Amino acid sequence: MSDSKRTPPAPHIMEEIDRNLKKAFGQLAEEPLPDRFADLLAQLRAVDSKKEGGADDR
Amino acid sequence: MTADPRDELTEHLGALRAFAMSLTRNAATADDLVQDTLIKAWTNIDSFERGSNMRAWLFTILRNTFYSLRRKRQREVEDVDGSLSLALASKPDHDGRLNLRDFMQAFGKLPDTQREALVLVGVEGFSYEEAAETCAVAVGTIKSRVGRARATLAELLHLDEDEALELTDSVTAGIVGRQPAA
Repeated sequence: MSDSKRTPPAPHIMEEIDRNLKKAFGQLAEEPLPDRFADLLAQLRAVDSKKEGGADDR
Repeated sequence: MTADPRDELTEHLGALRAFAMSLTRNAATADDLVQDTLIKAWTNIDSFERGSNMRAWLFTILRNTFYSLRRKRQREVEDVDGSLSLALASKPDHDGRLNLRDFMQAFGKLPDTQREALVLVGVEGFSYEEAAETCAVAVGTIKSRVGRARATLAELLHLDEDEALELTDSVTAGIVGRQPAA
């Protein structure tokens, strides 16, 4: 932190950076999910229920 | 609680994809990474401590998977495809000077370690301690990565300069001599 060239940004600038980050990542996270993930989870579930032979609640 | 924690996985998919995108900066690679993470999480669900933070647990798996894949593929050129910024709306924020695309383009230029630290702390609201645990480094290391990431972004996006212009009067503005926009 003794780097004199890189003084930390002012608090309101850090806030602005984080606000934009949250917004951008919020948008990315809200993108529609491809079907492959639902399919994958269904597959995993099917494999497990076969293995457990219909056992209840683990 | 008898609920299966695996039922919760779906809730975190969006955040996992965004985190994967921030690491890989490539949409296709990011989805492969999320897929690997889901399989690992599903098959190792017993190592998830019930009641603890599932997102943090998943992020740790995703991150470890990313770095171990990358070590294996060391020789391959990284394929950064711009999906980090292109997926976003291109209009500037209503009150802001920043366009999210420009912002994410700058974010994409940060080193890996700084991107992940900033996402964990700045986006996901992890404490420095939690982020340090996720990244398996010291708390001080996370603090300095987050600090450097913010400083670099401020610099790349000229936020500090704008501030100087706002806070001082037109005389100083004249001296500073801003470069013409575009």
